[in-house]
Amino acid sequence: MGKFNKTGKRGMPELNTSSLPDLIFTLLFFFMIVTTMREVSLKVEFKVPQGTELEKLEKKSLVTFIYVGKPTEQFRKKMGSESRIQLNDSYAEVEEVQDFIIQERSSMKEEDQALMTVSLKIDKDTKMGIVTDVKNALRQAYALKINYSAKPRE
Amino acid sequence: MAKGKRKVPDINSSSTADIAFLLLIFFLITTSMDTDRGLARRLPPPPEKDQKLNDDKIKERNVLQVLLNSNDQLMCGGEYIDVKQLKQKAKDFIANQNNDETLPERVSKDIPFFGPTMITEKHVISLQNDRGSSYQAYINVQNELVAAYNDLRNELAQQKWQRDYANLSADEQKAIRDIYPQKISEAEPKKYGEKK
Repeated sequence: MGKFNKTGKRGMPELNTSSLPDLIFTLLFFFMIVTTMREVSLKVEFKVPQGTELEKLEKKSLVTFIYVGKPTEQFRKKMGSESRIQLNDSYAEVEEVQDFIIQERSSMKEEDQALMTVSLKIDKDTKMGIVTDVKNALRQAYALKINYSAKPRE
Repeated sequence: MAKGKRKVPDINSSSTADIAFLLLIFFLITTSMDTDRGLARRLPPPPEKDQKLNDDKIKERNVLQVLLNSNDQLMCGGEYIDVKQLKQKAKDFIANQNNDETLPERVSKDIPFFGPTMITEKHVISLQNDRGSSYQAYINVQNELVAAYNDLRNELAQQKWQRDYANLSADEQKAIRDIYPQKISEAEPKKYGEKK
């Protein structure tokens, strides 16, 4: 019967792609929201220590980072291979930590200042001497909430 | 002439997908999904200049001395131990289940949900490290001490509510925190044996 006549060539119907941009945009917005761009370029190398009792660091806007570690390859000639502190984009001495914290705090909203957290990203092979100096500086600056950055242990 | 309504020509939108793709790839590359994790601690406020020496002497039985030397060796309560043993030792010390004479004294205190409970309110874990200790060793010790507290709190929460400490309500958590208050004191580090 004519109903089952398949002689005529049927083309493959084209897929409607008009909603493709919308799909992509949705993905785009997702990634835009979860993205946190790195604000500083690292000048020290560090591998954070491992631990088991870790807590998530929340509210990135309240967190100030202090990096301690050996200078990276390109700065090693100039700075030596002793552990150094990095604040924002430059190397710093222990004495500058207190001013740095006070400055960072004053740039925060007033209601957030009490919630300020300092995340210490310190290389696991650092000697405790420099860590203790940093901790003392933080105490002097009344930045008492700290977080020793670490990786979960496998 | 131009009487009839002219149709505005459609903008060709076939390339929006490509533009969106480009943006998408950019954000995909710059995204760092890893969440920062770490050991949260609280530092004591700075000592005041005219601070008097602590008059209320802490009894010896209430203090657990944890010492870390420049070779990352650990000494706890007068004997050399391994980091793995520290957690159990700290737990025994904090809880003092059997009311041992040498472990911290227990005082009765009224706690919401629990009623009067015997707690070792005055215990202090004193952590002292050398300036030459390595950071990893220090974090290991801190980690074990925090783990000891977390273990005790979880055990109590399970016993009372059959839930983990993290899943309790704020009031319940506070009650448990009152029973096992975290008291880790960090003394000024010693300097001997520093390599410089």
